[in-house]
Amino acid sequence: MRLLNLKPDKTWRFVLAALPFAAILVAYMFGSAIRLAENPDDKLLPNFGAMGEAIRHYALQADPRSGIYHLWNDTLSSLSLLLTALAISTLIALVFGIMIGLLPIAGATFGPVVAVASMVPPLALLPILFIIMGLGDAAKIALIVIGTTLKLTRDMALRVQDLPREQLIKAQTLGASTWQVGLRVVLPQMLPRLIDAVRLEIGPAWLFLIAAEAIAADSGLGYRIFLVRRYLAMDVIIPYVIWITLLAFLMDLALRLLQRRAFPWFAGARTA
Amino acid sequence: MNRSVTCFLKGAVAAAVSVALAASSAHAAEKKDFKVAWSIYVGWMPWGYAADTGIVKKWADKYGITIEVKQFNDYVESINQYTAGAFDAVTLTNMDALSIPSAGGVDTTAVIVGDYSNGNDAVILKGKDKLEDIKGQTVNLVEFSVSHYLLARALESVKLAEKDVKVVNTSDADMASAYKTPDVTAVVTWKPVVSTILEEKDAKVVYDSSQTPGEIIDMMVVNTEVLKDNPKFGKALAGIWYETIKALETDAAAKDAMAKASGTDVAGFDGMLTTTKMFWAPKDAVAFVSGPEIKTTSEKVSTFLFDKALLGKDAKSAGAIGIEFPDKSVFGEKGNVKLRFDATYMQEAADGKL
Repeated sequence: MRLLNLKPDKTWRFVLAALPFAAILVAYMFGSAIRLAENPDDKLLPNFGAMGEAIRHYALQADPRSGIYHLWNDTLSSLSLLLTALAISTLIALVFGIMIGLLPIAGATFGPVVAVASMVPPLALLPILFIIMGLGDAAKIALIVIGTTLKLTRDMALRVQDLPREQLIKAQTLGASTWQVGLRVVLPQMLPRLIDAVRLEIGPAWLFLIAAEAIAADSGLGYRIFLVRRYLAMDVIIPYVIWITLLAFLMDLALRLLQRRAFPWFAGARTA
Repeated sequence: MNRSVTCFLKGAVAAAVSVALAASSAHAAEKKDFKVAWSIYVGWMPWGYAADTGIVKKWADKYGITIEVKQFNDYVESINQYTAGAFDAVTLTNMDALSIPSAGGVDTTAVIVGDYSNGNDAVILKGKDKLEDIKGQTVNLVEFSVSHYLLARALESVKLAEKDVKVVNTSDADMASAYKTPDVTAVVTWKPVVSTILEEKDAKVVYDSSQTPGEIIDMMVVNTEVLKDNPKFGKALAGIWYETIKALETDAAAKDAMAKASGTDVAGFDGMLTTTKMFWAPKDAVAFVSGPEIKTTSEKVSTFLFDKALLGKDAKSAGAIGIEFPDKSVFGEKGNVKLRFDATYMQEAADGKL
């Protein structure tokens, strides 16, 4: 039987999918046990007990001096920055993306500058942003916005241009003005594609958030990770990273469900 | 679950177990190759110079060992590498030795005490010139670093506490540009960033480490296990250090090389040296390490770290991590000594026995 025809059944699919995760887990446990046998205070590969203790300490115990539950406070702080920034990005990208994609003049004027600007590494701009906007939330939101908007805009513009030209011509034959074509033909088709594009930008958005918080902050998930990094406190860092991954996964899931509920027709049109 | 799956899983588990059993760990023992980590700071520049000019090789050959000296761009990273076991020795401050490797269970010995900060670390206020004015302000510094310790001592000196200010963790690389923003009105940092900030007209130093002499100590530490099994390493390090700082003291070309390597010129480097109390002669270093001040300093530093919960989650008191001094007296838990000050090699340097 050819390899390409060897299809695993349901049980096998489950086992094969779980196998890499299990391998990583087992490798970690052995590595950790070896290091801890040599030095019980070792911080590089904490065992699950230590990580559980760290989770309890940060999530379930209020800090004795400030009364704050660190994990939740950090999460709230980071998520509010992230979601605000993504909301701003999405709005700007939608408006400008459609404009650049639909209107040839806008495309000719703004297309090249957006393309070039999207290649500037945003992290290199961070020090400049801090000088201009101060060390507060504004600079962090600005970093995430700059990092994600340009790519989203380009994505939207390209997808607008992917729409079959016949659609636009049909609408014009029926007497639609540019505004009506944009609003009634292009926009409804762009919204689900926008959700797709935003899903892909969740990862980079988290990256910029953590980078910004590492430099100047007093709370936040990235802040906490870089603070305890000083002490190689992997028992705090690993749970925090897993938590961030989970949050990103949930955001992705939420967007996917939103897309399915709000635009049920899109699944069929997706092949385009 | 069907048979083929069960069979496969059994095989996978067997493979995993055999791989694990084959793995072994390395223990400190007599060895010939050593690795030293250092980062850029006025008190540690001699290590780079020594490596570049063959002084390291000379002393390593004398004792029949090889010493690799590696410069790190990031100070904390160099300490982490030492704590993780990848390096045998590292340059750091006494406070960071206690809170990072010692609190991480790595028994650490300070073999060379090079200098202490005598004004290199400072509290700067924008537009105000009295330390009391810091009350109620937001202070930007590297949280849990020696800057944080200096702030604690500064606040103590004017009967304030950390709850009277708001601490915001700010990366030292961005401190100078952060100061330029209107929101930042108080910073605690170290030279050369301090010198850059002081170029602004409204910047005023209201407290610095010359008011806490002997408390922020720069030293070269070695993993205790490695040192115990390989005393030659300690001797070589002491030999390299005192020969190099002799060159720094007397040879203008050496100072020039070190100044350039640290990113400044001789004037800038001298500016940093004036606020650093270097122990040029080994006997001065031995006297400092064997004296009573270092014991009170260690107690103050331990108390600060304990208050910030940096001595580990199980620490029940400031003495949770024992610190041993050259006369073998111990501050804190005698059964949990993880930081040691050892004057042996500096004494041998003073006696010319290296």
